[in-house]
Amino acid sequence: MKSRQTYSWVGRPLLDPKLHHQTYREMSVKVEGCSTELHIHVGQFVLVEGNDDENPYVAKLVELFEDGSEPRSRKRARVQWFIRFCEVPVCKQHLLGRKPAAQEIFWYDYPACDSNINAETIIGPVQVVALAPDEVIPTDLKNEKTLFVKLSWNEKKFSPLSPELFAQLEKLQEGSPRCQKSVEAKTKNIESPSCTTAERAVKRVESRHSSSKSRPAPTHPVTPRARKRLELSSSPRTPNTRISRQTSWASPDSPRRTKRKAALSEITSPSKRSQPDGLQTPSPARKAPEKTGEIQRRSCAKDDKKVSAERHMTLRPRVPALKTTVLSEERRLTPTRGGRRSSMVPSVILIPENIRKREAEEPEAQDEAVSSRHHTSRKSSLLTLNQIKQQLRFLGKSESDSEDEEFLPAAEIPDSSSEEEEDSTSPLPRTPSGASRNLRSSTKLSLQTPSKTPKKTPKPRTPHHATPRIRSRNLAAQEPASMLEEARLRLHVSAVPESLPCREQEFQDIYNFVESKLLDQTGGCMYISGVPGTGKTATVHEVIRGLQQAAQANDVPPFQYIEVNGMKLTEPHQVYVQILQKLTGQKATAIHAAELLAKRFRTQGSSQETTVLLVDELDLLWTQKQDVMYNLFDWPTHKEARLVVLTIANTMDLPERIMMNRVSSRLGLTRMSFQPYTHSQLQQILGSRLKHLRAFEDDAIQFVARKVAALSGDARRCLDICRRATDICEFSCQKPGSPGLVTVAHLLEAVDEMFSSSYITAIKNSSVLEQSFLRAILAEFRRSGLEEATFQQVYSQHVALCRMEGLPYPTMTETMAVCCQLGSCRLLLVEPSRNDLLLRVRLNVSQDAVLYALKEE
Amino acid sequence: MMPKECDGPGVRMGILEPRQMTGDCFFSSGQGICSGFQFVEMSSRKLKSNNLKHSECLSQVQRILRERFCHQSLHSNLFGVQVQYKHLIELLKRTAIYGESNSVLIIGPRGSGKTMLINHALKELMEVEEVSENVLQVHLNGLLQINDNIALKEITRQLNLENVVGDKVFGSFAENLSFLLEALKKGDRTSSCPVIFILDEFDLFAHHKNQTLLYNLFDISQSAQTPVAVVGLTCRLDILELLEKRVKSRFSHRQIHLMNSFGFPQYLKIFKEQLSLPAEFPDKLFAEKWNENVQCLSEDRSVREVLQKHFNVSKNLRSLHMLLMLALNRVTSSHPFMTAADLMEANQLCSMDSKANIVHGLSVLEICLIIAMKHLNDIYEEEPFNFQMVYNEFQKFVQRKAHSVYNFEKPVVMKAFEHLQQLELIRPMERTSVNAQREYQLMKLLLDSTQIMNALQKYPNCPTDVRQWATSSLSWL
Repeated sequence: MKSRQTYSWVGRPLLDPKLHHQTYREMSVKVEGCSTELHIHVGQFVLVEGNDDENPYVAKLVELFEDGSEPRSRKRARVQWFIRFCEVPVCKQHLLGRKPAAQEIFWYDYPACDSNINAETIIGPVQVVALAPDEVIPTDLKNEKTLFVKLSWNEKKFSPLSPELFAQLEKLQEGSPRCQKSVEAKTKNIESPSCTTAERAVKRVESRHSSSKSRPAPTHPVTPRARKRLELSSSPRTPNTRISRQTSWASPDSPRRTKRKAALSEITSPSKRSQPDGLQTPSPARKAPEKTGEIQRRSCAKDDKKVSAERHMTLRPRVPALKTTVLSEERRLTPTRGGRRSSMVPSVILIPENIRKREAEEPEAQDEAVSSRHHTSRKSSLLTLNQIKQQLRFLGKSESDSEDEEFLPAAEIPDSSSEEEEDSTSPLPRTPSGASRNLRSSTKLSLQTPSKTPKKTPKPRTPHHATPRIRSRNLAAQEPASMLEEARLRLHVSAVPESLPCREQEFQDIYNFVESKLLDQTGGCMYISGVPGTGKTATVHEVIRGLQQAAQANDVPPFQYIEVNGMKLTEPHQVYVQILQKLTGQKATAIHAAELLAKRFRTQGSSQETTVLLVDELDLLWTQKQDVMYNLFDWPTHKEARLVVLTIANTMDLPERIMMNRVSSRLGLTRMSFQPYTHSQLQQILGSRLKHLRAFEDDAIQFVARKVAALSGDARRCLDICRRATDICEFSCQKPGSPGLVTVAHLLEAVDEMFSSSYITAIKNSSVLEQSFLRAILAEFRRSGLEEATFQQVYSQHVALCRMEGLPYPTMTETMAVCCQLGSCRLLLVEPSRNDLLLRVRLNVSQDAVLYALKEE
Repeated sequence: MMPKECDGPGVRMGILEPRQMTGDCFFSSGQGICSGFQFVEMSSRKLKSNNLKHSECLSQVQRILRERFCHQSLHSNLFGVQVQYKHLIELLKRTAIYGESNSVLIIGPRGSGKTMLINHALKELMEVEEVSENVLQVHLNGLLQINDNIALKEITRQLNLENVVGDKVFGSFAENLSFLLEALKKGDRTSSCPVIFILDEFDLFAHHKNQTLLYNLFDISQSAQTPVAVVGLTCRLDILELLEKRVKSRFSHRQIHLMNSFGFPQYLKIFKEQLSLPAEFPDKLFAEKWNENVQCLSEDRSVREVLQKHFNVSKNLRSLHMLLMLALNRVTSSHPFMTAADLMEANQLCSMDSKANIVHGLSVLEICLIIAMKHLNDIYEEEPFNFQMVYNEFQKFVQRKAHSVYNFEKPVVMKAFEHLQQLELIRPMERTSVNAQREYQLMKLLLDSTQIMNALQKYPNCPTDVRQWATSSLSWL
């Protein structure tokens, strides 16, 4: 287990007159079994034990003192916290507005957070580099022990470091190389066979460091994390390129950047040449890590370092050799500031890629005037999309478990550490170890509850909303065993198909629309209509998925996607609350949210990314004043909003029918209507779902497709019928082992079950008195010539009928009971029974149907 | 009523405890005693304890049978719904075991055993070991959860989610909805615990605003979220027409119909089965005799007639239970076995005309008013009448024909008229306003003429002239 560490003060105590504390300048940590000691000074950056062993807390040591009042730990320390991106509440992470660099931390400017910690929870020193706001964070992954601070976080927003603070930090880090060296020496010695988890982090950092120098090192067993870390290593590049691009245009005064710009213009000519090549291999940045991942998975016995070495090997050939050299030379020439040099140099390896990505974008960004540009770029993006899809599919076959991760946009994996606690939406309270750790799994439901420690101020670090979850099952769900079960699973509506057949045209149209808006950085509205079950929402989801992949591959600018559903709101104005929450994580009342959103969308430069908003079931957002719809369609008209609104509803003429002119005019004329599926399309859909699975006869599929197409063209219905037919098939052939194919007969039965009216069977199975009451109604209708009669009239007919048929005399009470029974089944439409004799009775079925049902006997 | 009855046997058992020995002694001779006291040598003490033995048995019988009639006991067999049962249980099993989402409606008239079917299915499902810990159940009733907000709170409570974020959960309706949707969205097919939603009185949920709850439940069942099975119970045959088209599209259209599709022979069988004592009844001999008696009853012609009549009125088993319950209440220690007369009496009680009973309790004046109204209805063809018209008609009768009826003053007649209104034998056409004159308010009679005539037949001490007047309004001529 944990090797014991002894903490002792170094130097003479200084008495603090105010607090009656004895303060110290330095502390030494001694690990049992090791001769060396670790010295920690006041003012140094330290790692503090926390809940997450991978990412210990980072803090700056402010004061070391001995507190007599604390019974357990007399050695106390006062610290200034830093916060990692993964510790920022998930709902607020987007406030950063970009993806964080892997080793970026934030100055935690929140006085309410407890800064008094137990000194014995300090793990060891760490190097923190402060960066000016306009500096780029070097994406050096090998030198993991260096952390960068650029912004401060005060639980509300990210802001640049204040100049005083920056200067202070800058000053501190000047002494760091020395410090680092000593730390290195010491940490090496600390390594013991039974290393603690907390120390492992340090050790890993250390070993990474050594591996970057490509020194032979002792082998480590491959941890499951290793793969992910490698994959993730590519993700931070995306934001980086974007930032660098933006900043480079914004501040051309920096000599380094102008140099780079020159370099860029130099390589434009080869880039044009290599464009077709670029189309074929659209995303080297994505492919490369995947490849390595694959290799690594195959050779899981290989150690950590070898893999990382391999990564570089695979990365390098992809980068054109010529360019790399040119660029790296360019980079070498750039004047870098002395203290930071070490952190800058490694980033050279990555630069060529960044620039390569830019090459693809550059023509787009610059020659806006070229009219054919959109067309080609869209085509290319489609091609890219398909290729990515194919590739993913290929990968998915080799191992299905990684597929999910692949589909996720990079934004969801902001940091290598976040996958460790991807479920926890809240930062765990920053308590030094112990207490909070065992609190973590205290609840029975596997829900992420905030683990509060009583002595902390609860407010700042408690979650704003924990996402609840249904508890997970104890036993794993069984996998389908037979052919029919497999078919049933695939036929379920929830099974998301790889692609949506028969909606290619609609997909293309929506894709083009959204893509053009993204590329133009403008906003717009689109109205999509169609009867239920025609794949409207599924197609839009598909489009968004495609665009997100394209955004990852940098074919389109990144965007934020929000989805709201009118049916999932309690009232129309709640849509503001939902949008705001999904956009910024803020919670507000409907009115306040509307104001905030209006401010956001109507004022200049508030958002950097385009927002794509999908509003499903639009008709539910109708209000008397139509202010909700008005706002939804008005925001995109503002140039600064950069909002693309896709709306879905069932009726084609919704804008004309229910919207005021000013609303429907803002919606514009970009309409699309999804036609109900035809039988051949339904057949194709079923075919694609049942690919390579012989569970249905061909005739049967055709039958159901035609049947549904004739009824509604609802794909959901089609799938449900087939699913039910598999049940019937399984049920009918009891012999285990050979369930046989689903035939037309089975489907016919299923269709009958679902669509045949049950009125006739209900009448046939009703009691004698009920049947004669129905007869009496018919007789009364015939007598009066009306389609409605009072109970009294029917009763007299009923009595006469009963007398004729030799039934005992029905009393009024009995007859009333019969009438109510029929009314509750809705065979009759009756008034409330307090009207008694005067209640009016009407048939809910056609008279012919009643006659038919009664005659059968 | 039930709890009191249940207490009975326990108390009596307590009393009997010390006499257990004597009771056992007579056990062997019990049969002889029951079959009719041929044994002459019977001391009074023995007889008494024997009676006690009897009453103990009877109270047990009553307890068992009442429990069977009143509660939907899960031990009774299902009648004629094996196919539907199989369908339902397969469906639930697939949700529980494979995590496949499903939705189904169980449709059938009242008393056709919808709730019993689902309860049976759930019971069987929970007996499967791998399922019992893996399934969450949520029971909702449209009569209790009258709007979506209450329903959401109830769901949250039943899923044990309410203590997740402290007081935050039961906030506004909107928060509840998004909370729950979030919770259900988190799951996926293979790892989340399936939830079975049972919505009793499903049609009432369809009347909620926008059908938000139904939309969301069905939407979850059609998307790759937490696996759910939505089971709706309703008696409305037109339930699908109540659903909005997008809700309807998301519903899987699986329907299980329970139609009471049995005939009279099965009804008779059910009757026998419902009345028979189980094999585990403590007093085997008594049970044997009881069951023998039941068998005899089912073969009795008059009993069959009674049952046939009952069957003709209503096929549902609940009304059969009612009939049997009434008959069972007539069983006492002096009258230990149910007879055909008991059943006939019970049937009479069941099919009694409630209004005729009210008429039997009216005064002669009130009867006269009703007869006057009847005549008015005949003359004016069901047109509404007012007090003044009735009073005039009554006056005509009193002045020309009546010998036995006083000529009451108008306020007295008015009082009688108002009493009839309170009994709801007459009903004002529109709501009574304060300033309207009572005499001229339009009324309608809520009795049929045949009903009046039948009631008069049985009316005790009805004056002959009144009876004559009732048969014809022109009888005074």
